[in-house]
Amino acid sequence: MPIDDRVIGDLQSLGALRLDPQERRTLMANLERVLGYVDQLRAVDTEGVEPTSSVIEVGNVLREDEPHACLPVEQALAQAPARRGDHFEVPVVLGEE
Amino acid sequence: MGLHRLSVEELQAALRSGECTPAEIYASCRAAADSAQPHIRAFNRFEDGPPPPRGDAGSAPLHGIPYASKENIAVAGRPLTCNSRILANYRPPYDATVTERLRAAGAMLLGQTNMDEFAMGSSTENSATGPTQNPWDLARTPGGSSGGSAAAVAADAVPFALGSDTGGSIRQPAGCCGVVGLKPTYGRVSRWGLVAFASSLDQIGPITRTVRDAALVYRELAGHDPRDSTCLPAPVEDPLAGIEQGPRGLTLGVPRALLKEGLDREVAANLDEVLARLAREGASLIEVDLPMMRYAIATYYILATAEASSNLARYDGVRYGVRAQASDLDEMYRASRTRGFGREVTLRILLGTYVLSAGYYDAYYRKASQVRTLMRREVVAALSRCDAIVLPTSPTPAFKLGERVDDPLQMYLSDVFTVSANLTGIPAIAVPSGLTRAGLPLSLQLMGRPLQESLLLRAARALEQVCGFAALRKARQPLPGEGVPA
Repeated sequence: MPIDDRVIGDLQSLGALRLDPQERRTLMANLERVLGYVDQLRAVDTEGVEPTSSVIEVGNVLREDEPHACLPVEQALAQAPARRGDHFEVPVVLGEE
Repeated sequence: MGLHRLSVEELQAALRSGECTPAEIYASCRAAADSAQPHIRAFNRFEDGPPPPRGDAGSAPLHGIPYASKENIAVAGRPLTCNSRILANYRPPYDATVTERLRAAGAMLLGQTNMDEFAMGSSTENSATGPTQNPWDLARTPGGSSGGSAAAVAADAVPFALGSDTGGSIRQPAGCCGVVGLKPTYGRVSRWGLVAFASSLDQIGPITRTVRDAALVYRELAGHDPRDSTCLPAPVEDPLAGIEQGPRGLTLGVPRALLKEGLDREVAANLDEVLARLAREGASLIEVDLPMMRYAIATYYILATAEASSNLARYDGVRYGVRAQASDLDEMYRASRTRGFGREVTLRILLGTYVLSAGYYDAYYRKASQVRTLMRREVVAALSRCDAIVLPTSPTPAFKLGERVDDPLQMYLSDVFTVSANLTGIPAIAVPSGLTRAGLPLSLQLMGRPLQESLLLRAARALEQVCGFAALRKARQPLPGEGVPA
């Protein structure tokens, strides 16, 4: 499976990453190698086989639907890289385009 | 008196008879860890001192026992870096369930250990703060990703440590370091407070020097937790009750066809020798056919990276962790993530994004999920004919630092025998089984039936006994300064 510039461009944008050109070349080569390896799954006949996304057969175990205390605001904000009042502060989102 | 060299069980006996106090044990372990640290760099950090005493030997099952914890398991107020730059400054406001349970059981945290960034790796070389060395040979890796935890136990710095296992990250480093590593059944131990890598595969477990110690610690970790919806409400039997029943009456399955290629000669010879000894002691050996296991690595690297790419989307520099300055929000996300993640984590995010993206989803993610179903059926069928499946933990003993670090695929193949237990959710344990001629630990793995950790541990104890590794452990060359009284 060839990984060309367009594919890697899409992936870095979906993954919210920005790769420098040197790193990009190494990653493209490694991606191609790993995808080449995993292609062996094509040999397995999976016609009509249900996919497994979790091995737990009993299904989710839900807790009682009762209110309980959650993280206090001050604690939740204590590690914010930037805050304003009771909010996380982020760079401008709206207004440019 | 070398308290740091004693097992959990031996320490419990010494405490009960009044030969020593928790403070003395803690000091002995800390001195051993300090002396080993410059050579193996197993720890990220140490606690300032022992916690206030909790209970006594009667009420708290792990009273006075020091331990080390992999740094992807939350301890309130302590760093939880996952050895990633992106979490370099992060301190969780709460304890993981396992941290809470061990504290309630009287265990004393000594320090937190080095790991591959976000548990992605098999050598601890992907740590943003540098690798850990193997106490058996400082030129070799301790395995990974729980390499710091395995090295700390092997170097006699702590009697037990916690690790997490997504594709072999407890068992493979335990194998490389000559210690015991147990990955319980998926859902047995709460993942609350464990930083998520691949949520359908992750499981916490103990790394110890003996199988009995693994059972003792496992007993405290296991059990339902309402805060983790995948944590099973099934009752936990006492794994120590029948643990000494020995090999007689055990049926062990050997996947011979799978072991024909790619095995190191000494690993293969060790397996045959140990199987012969088990048979002599009364175990029955049968052959089991696991053709789907050939596809385990391919299946694993599709599913684990898909889950990881989703789980790691949360690191965006907004609520916690390291933020890179930028003038707009998208650029801030990209700059924070690009600077924050190392090369292997970036590769896995890209790979996971690829296999989940439109147009490739069916060919990769869906296909791998179907193969996972076939693997589970196959393993369950094999385990209906035997009590446990025996195979090596890794195809080779511990490899050299730097040997595989530039070749991700070669690194992935270190886990060829371990990933299937995660994909199928079954419990598995690595037990030291001998030494190579060059004096490196060898290790065999047992895989058991879901939720039957007691039977698995009994089989592991039998294997440990026929291997007699306790005597071989003494062959490890002491680290510089090790054993010199402070």
